[in-house]
Amino acid sequence: MIEERFDAIVVGAGMAGNAAAFTLANRGLKVLQIERGEYAGSKNVQGAILYADMLEKMIPNFREDAPLERHLVEQRFWMMDERAHTGLHYRSDDFNEERPNRYTIIRAQFDRWFSSKVQEAGAIVLCETTVKELIKDAYGRVIGVLTDRDGGEVHADVVVLAEGVNGLLGTKADLREIPKPENVALAVKEMHFLPRETIESRFNLKGDEGTVIEAAGTISRGMAGMGFIYANKESISVGIGCLVSDFQKTGETPYDLLERFKRHPSVAPLLEGSEVKEYAGHLIPEGGYNAVPKLYGDGWVVVGDAAQLNNFVHREGSNLAMTSGRLAAEAIFQVKSRKDPMTAQNLSLYKAMLDNSFVMKDLKKYKDMPGLLHIQSQNFFLTYPQLVSKAMQNFVRVDGTPKVEKEKVTLKSFVAARSWAGLFGDAIKFARAWR
Amino acid sequence: MTTEIAVRVEDKLFQNRYLVDVGQAHIKVRPHTTPSPALLALLKACPAHCYELNSNGQVEIAADGCVECGTCRVIAAPGGDIEWSYPRGGYGVLFKFG
Repeated sequence: MIEERFDAIVVGAGMAGNAAAFTLANRGLKVLQIERGEYAGSKNVQGAILYADMLEKMIPNFREDAPLERHLVEQRFWMMDERAHTGLHYRSDDFNEERPNRYTIIRAQFDRWFSSKVQEAGAIVLCETTVKELIKDAYGRVIGVLTDRDGGEVHADVVVLAEGVNGLLGTKADLREIPKPENVALAVKEMHFLPRETIESRFNLKGDEGTVIEAAGTISRGMAGMGFIYANKESISVGIGCLVSDFQKTGETPYDLLERFKRHPSVAPLLEGSEVKEYAGHLIPEGGYNAVPKLYGDGWVVVGDAAQLNNFVHREGSNLAMTSGRLAAEAIFQVKSRKDPMTAQNLSLYKAMLDNSFVMKDLKKYKDMPGLLHIQSQNFFLTYPQLVSKAMQNFVRVDGTPKVEKEKVTLKSFVAARSWAGLFGDAIKFARAWR
Repeated sequence: MTTEIAVRVEDKLFQNRYLVDVGQAHIKVRPHTTPSPALLALLKACPAHCYELNSNGQVEIAADGCVECGTCRVIAAPGGDIEWSYPRGGYGVLFKFG
């Protein structure tokens, strides 16, 4: 298919792949990027929120032409039971700044734009091409890829695996295992379209201001999971995700869960009258630090979701993907500049750079959180939200009961549900996992 | 909200854009007489409802509406119940928004 040899082949054109391909090409390397979708973005799914800082490091003036939806001025957390939500709401005019920190985006549009920057930087981007396997030499070193095009072998010094959470190549080549059901969440999402003014009035927004709502509680029916509602310019992304192992155990269906979330009395009025234009499903890495596989080897590195780089506590993934792609590219560039071979030992520089960045530091900070929330999902996603909701109602409802008695009722309900030991245990475990 | 909610996944998938590679199913179910627990889990867990029981009680797949999330792969590929590959380049689900 392509006779020439490349310095690097990047498999995949998501956040990680585009960051890697852009950085490599920008540094003057000869780069081939292969994407199985019709165009970059057509296979990619995310909420989605873009974190400006990580993109600015590569494309400082991205705000001039990137397809951005709304800059976020507000974050709402909802703890939900069947009929209510208890909210924590942070809004600040500080976020109406010249260079906003976070934006909602629509991935199919954003990734297409990012890909145009990759091409401007000089990389060859080959779409509608599926990589079938990695080519190894007699010593087991990765030396290229086999695609589904005619005569589909292409060779390079190094292959950057940015193949996403469901990446097949790495597992086929025994570089890592298929993610375990307890280490990935399945999220389903719909795109609801409404006139811009309707969205702005329903969410209390002005101009391009945006907001996100993240919701947990009985909506996940005892499973470890979260719902989300993101305001775009003329659409609302609404979805819910839970651990695959929990879906497996409970027999809940993802679409019923989404439907229940949409019909919740706190959610339905936000979506009323909207036109749904897409339904998507996607896996999200949730295993954290302990689920990160080997990140490099002879002739290859793995970046982004394929490497399970996702901070599920802060709902950050695309920025970790972008940063890992950029750092892998910087490491490859350094090895290349020294005219050294792309051996595992030399490529370990990528791991060292990643360890030194927020990516691994953040994942390490929360390394015990998946175990806590996932194993005790009933308590954290069902029992506590119900208790909090009851407590809040008891607090605000005025019915002639003396306050001292009201407080006793609330305290009793907590102790009855979790016992003193359980309450203290949960608090200590949570604090430890957060530290 | 304990009432049952009837959702037709087909109606949801109807909004999506697909380019179906006719005759080239990218997911295959291993022939079986009695389905394993992993296979049975797919009847509910697949977000596009691609898996169904046939009249003989075996699990079958119609992958045309597949959104390529990989949930079934994570559940059933390690045990060999299904074989998962990507559709040919350019085929399969083509997200307009993602």
